[in-house]
Amino acid sequence: MTASVEVSERFGAFGGRYVPETLIPALDALTEAYAEAMRDPAFTAALDSALRNYAGRPSPLSDAPRWSERIGAPVWLKREDLNHTGAHKINNALAQGLLAQRMGKHRIIAETGAGQHGVACATVCARLGLECVVYMGEEDMRRQTLNVFRMRMMGAKVNAVTSGTRTLKDATSEAIRDWVSTCEESYYIIGSVVGPAPYPRMVRDFQAVIGREARGQMLERAGALPRTVVACVGGGSNAIGIFHAFVGDKDVELVGVEAAGHGLHTTQHAASLSKGTPGVLHGAMSYLLQDADGQVHPAHSISAGLDYPGVGPEHSHLRDSGRATYVSITDDQALAAFDLLARLEGVIPALETAHAVAWIDANAGRWKSDEPVLLCVSGRGDKDVAQVAETRILTT
Amino acid sequence: MLSERFTSLRAAHRRALVCYVTAGHPDRARSLDLIRGLAEAGADVLEIGVPFSDPVADGPVIQSSSQEALEKGMTLNGALELVAEAKLPIPVVLFSYLNPIIAAGPNVLERARDAGVSGVLVTDLPVGSDAEREAWFGAGPLDFVRLVAPTTPRDRMAEIAKHGRGFVYLISRLGVTGMHAELASTLPASIATLRSVCTLPICVGFGISTPEHARTVGALADGIVVGSAIVQAAGRSVREAVDLTRTLRAALDEIE
Repeated sequence: MTASVEVSERFGAFGGRYVPETLIPALDALTEAYAEAMRDPAFTAALDSALRNYAGRPSPLSDAPRWSERIGAPVWLKREDLNHTGAHKINNALAQGLLAQRMGKHRIIAETGAGQHGVACATVCARLGLECVVYMGEEDMRRQTLNVFRMRMMGAKVNAVTSGTRTLKDATSEAIRDWVSTCEESYYIIGSVVGPAPYPRMVRDFQAVIGREARGQMLERAGALPRTVVACVGGGSNAIGIFHAFVGDKDVELVGVEAAGHGLHTTQHAASLSKGTPGVLHGAMSYLLQDADGQVHPAHSISAGLDYPGVGPEHSHLRDSGRATYVSITDDQALAAFDLLARLEGVIPALETAHAVAWIDANAGRWKSDEPVLLCVSGRGDKDVAQVAETRILTT
Repeated sequence: MLSERFTSLRAAHRRALVCYVTAGHPDRARSLDLIRGLAEAGADVLEIGVPFSDPVADGPVIQSSSQEALEKGMTLNGALELVAEAKLPIPVVLFSYLNPIIAAGPNVLERARDAGVSGVLVTDLPVGSDAEREAWFGAGPLDFVRLVAPTTPRDRMAEIAKHGRGFVYLISRLGVTGMHAELASTLPASIATLRSVCTLPICVGFGISTPEHARTVGALADGIVVGSAIVQAAGRSVREAVDLTRTLRAALDEIE
């Protein structure tokens, strides 16, 4: 019997493959091609080489002396912002791009929120000579004009999505619709640890390089594992990427920071793990912002990359099992943290990352001086500078 | 009730006309007129679509009808009330994404039966995706109608056919719901392959909108499903959708 007739892989009660029948053979083929590729030393060597020589890995681990003083414990920054294209997204895009090429697919589909995944895909497609079609919500295109320009520069076609909330949720739906229509020739590079199996596991594996490197760097530089690992969570790929290597280290606390938008007491937030309930969106069972009738509730965050009503199924499992803790930070707190890291450390973080910065900052004094805190700086804030300037938060 | 309907159609050498509507579109009152009108105009089975906020398997027509219905307050429970109120002389299949069904609670299938629904079709619950929930649907009071796609291999078709009840819904083409001028060239082969592994009636949907399509597909399959064309016509007027249904009925009845 075909692989698809077995119960699809899950993370506890979460995950699965809740997709139209048309996609099942494509997901089976992908599962098989991914397993084969990872067993092939030529593929893993090509990926390692691309990560090292093209994306700029390993990314540095920076100390943060001025901010650490304020926190009362050493804070370490895993610098995914220094990767080519400015975020962790390139790790996954490069790997899936190579996998698509290996599968003989010439057309790449991607969805994007903040535009970082779209840019990473456009970049990889330019390098590998693949056609690239990016779906992006009209509202996000407005918030992230720079990234739209970058994608187009590299030859990607950026399709504005005007349905629903005109953000990442609807961009993802539109990308799935494209894939249902073109699955024989197209490869869909999902940008986060969401979607039907095998995507959440595969994207996690491709992002796990963040935590593998960071764990070694912490032992080498700090002489200890971190007490706490902190990352922002939208779909949750940078968080899973840095958490994964530490899941087995029982003394390492894992904290995911969601977007509280205008506050958890309002309906204007993106905190699926804090305020959602289990449901099915975009192919997986996971925590979801939804109403009593099972209609998905629009999310809100100042950060386009966190503006998503769902979350990766593995995070739902980590939440329910208690292995990771999920907290949230408002738009205003994130904006203040954006400024803070820039001024104290000369690092302008992405607005997404700024949520994680804000949580650490709000918890100054929580750690002893010998308890290191590790932050995943998932991306750089250049893309957000214009939007933040608009809010006039920066005072000179 | 689905199997009885298909048995009597088969005995009469007639093809089934399955009509899809989005519950609550264009509004509740017209939706009620519409489903009654379609039954009178010769529909054999009514698929009542539960509007969902994120319909990834649907094209622009059903997306926008769903959006409109949601904005006017339609829900799965509202769709069941509509069916109960319509008291249709033909079987009704509840057509939904999984999430609204889960949200409606553990007794939703019994409540659907009590409202007069005979079958249930879930867009995003393919065979093998969730053993527990599939078993729950399979053991429930409704015929659990399963979908086959043009990409489905033969051995999987057999597996799907084994799990299905009522009829098998064959998706005619790659892609989402919506109207196309031409039928997919692969359709006759898909029908033949499915027929070789499946004893259930085969109804073909996605992209079937004209009397020509109805005649061509009806000659090969046991029935056709028309969705977007009816929904689009209903958006203009109930009468237009009913007229289209009559035309399709006549086209199917010309076969043999």
